[in-house]
Amino acid sequence: MIEIKKLHKSYPMGKDSLHVLKGLDLHIKEGEFVSIMGSSGSGKSTLLNIVGLLDTHDEGEYYLNGQLIEKLNEKKAAVLRNKFLGFVFQSFNLISYKTALENVALPLYYKGVARKERQEIAMEYLDKVELKDWANHLPSELSGGQKQRVAIARALVAQPKVVLADEPTGALDSTTSSSVMELLKEINREGMTVFVITHEEEIAAETDRIVRLKDGIIISDEKVKKNVKV
Amino acid sequence: MFDIGRWQEIFQSIGKNKLRTFLGAFTVALGIFIFTVLFGMGNGLKNTFKSFFIDDATNTIFIRPGFTTKAYKGFKEGRKIQFKNDDIELLKKEFGNKLEYVSARIYKGVQAINKKESGSYTIRAVHPEHQFLENTIITQGKFIDKNDIKNKTRVVVIGRLVEQDLFKTENALGKFLELNEITYRVVGIFEDAGGDNEERLIYAPVTTIQLIHKNTDEIDQINLSYNRSIGISGARKLAGDISKVLKEKHYVARDDRSGIFVRSVFENFEQNMQFANVLQLIVLWIGIGTLFAGAIAIGNIMVFVVKERTKELGIRKALGATPSSIIGLILQESVFITAIAGYIGLLIAVFTLSRMGNSLEDYFITNPQVNTGTIIWATIILIFVGALAGYIPARRAARIKPVVALSDD
Repeated sequence: MIEIKKLHKSYPMGKDSLHVLKGLDLHIKEGEFVSIMGSSGSGKSTLLNIVGLLDTHDEGEYYLNGQLIEKLNEKKAAVLRNKFLGFVFQSFNLISYKTALENVALPLYYKGVARKERQEIAMEYLDKVELKDWANHLPSELSGGQKQRVAIARALVAQPKVVLADEPTGALDSTTSSSVMELLKEINREGMTVFVITHEEEIAAETDRIVRLKDGIIISDEKVKKNVKV
Repeated sequence: MFDIGRWQEIFQSIGKNKLRTFLGAFTVALGIFIFTVLFGMGNGLKNTFKSFFIDDATNTIFIRPGFTTKAYKGFKEGRKIQFKNDDIELLKKEFGNKLEYVSARIYKGVQAINKKESGSYTIRAVHPEHQFLENTIITQGKFIDKNDIKNKTRVVVIGRLVEQDLFKTENALGKFLELNEITYRVVGIFEDAGGDNEERLIYAPVTTIQLIHKNTDEIDQINLSYNRSIGISGARKLAGDISKVLKEKHYVARDDRSGIFVRSVFENFEQNMQFANVLQLIVLWIGIGTLFAGAIAIGNIMVFVVKERTKELGIRKALGATPSSIIGLILQESVFITAIAGYIGLLIAVFTLSRMGNSLEDYFITNPQVNTGTIIWATIILIFVGALAGYIPARRAARIKPVVALSDD
């Protein structure tokens, strides 16, 4: 599903440039539940942005769903994001003046789905995250956990190939965190490829495979032994 | 443009951001309002100038000799040109069918005495047609007539104020009046809308005055009116031809501007209209300035809006919004707000102008209005302004990188 070969990325910093990703190789198959672990500055967010087509890489190859990603213009990137990727952010990134239902329906608008159908499908996904009763509430009227579940419904609504979650529990308390992780696991069980970025060991331990990143290099890549679960 | 989904997005955005929308809309409405009202007042100013000239006979041409400024055909410059009776004959012969009335004018300053009363006045020696050129209103008696010209009779027609000055309560008609020690009979009394100065004139037959002054055939000025059927362009050509013929006769170079003066009332009229036009142009520029200030304000607000919505636009992009859909969203919102607000401003302005009516007549503004053409133009300008104000921020919005937009928590 996601295949990365010798990926490099630098950011210009004045005269110098900051080499963030130093030749990553990573292969994520369909249906996997993978987490990228690393402290801040390890390059994990940069990796997610490149995988999410929110940013471009300098060198190396990136295949998304078998398609080589290179020289994407903004329009193509937008179409691919809409078609293949679902995003879940640490700070939820819901649009403040839209209701939960409208937020969930938005990717379908960009996909070109008719309004009535949009509403129906969005409601279906809100039901899936058990927020059907909150459909007409604004984000400001929802708790953190509810907001993140709305965001997850939004990430799923356009039926992407991969869900990218950037510190999905970073802004949540431990109880809410585990319920959000349960939701992600459930989605994964239904066959969705889920790609989580985190710096918390407990969260990473919930996934099936942990890739550890340090200073722009993968230092380990191993399957989680399910029996060590607390 | 016809994407219902986008309109829904726009209405939602407007509905959820009422203050921002109101501020932008208000600025544009104000700009259009000021523009339209100023333009209407400019029109009112022009109406006033037009009405100043509507009462006068606008088909009169005055021909006056001057001094040459160029040497020509062996004559030195600085030569005084003198009109004579044969100049009138020449004009009648050359342009007879185009002329309505023709009269000579001779000016003479005189000391007038009636018994114990006396004063200084100006005699205007003229032909009978002069009455129609000047719209002289005879209140008693008659004007100079053909027989007076033919017989060179010693008669005068005096102004209302001359009678008042010299005859007091007496009726001057039929009485005798001494002008420079020569006695004339008063055959008519006139009034003139031209005011006091006109009513202190004394008209005499041109032939009589020429006889008294050494039987000369000299005249000071020629006044004539043309047939209105020849139109403004015909009149302009006529004035040019008259100038040409007289210059030729008096050996004045064609490009000598001060040898012979041919002035027509309609030129005065056009000069004054030009003045009004310049005023309106100034007013128009002020209006356009205001409109652009409004556009800049809208642009400013849209820049702020884009800044404020950076995150939202970043989210939209992450969810699959293409750059063109972002530009469309911002641009369409901007044009929509501008067009609606501008139209409201326009309607209020038209209403204000119609309410204003003629209440500003004391300030030379009569019936201020804007015509449909102006309104259509203003609408086109509005949409253009809206698009301009929205485009730059919209392009900026489309360039927002989702990473950057989403990272500023």
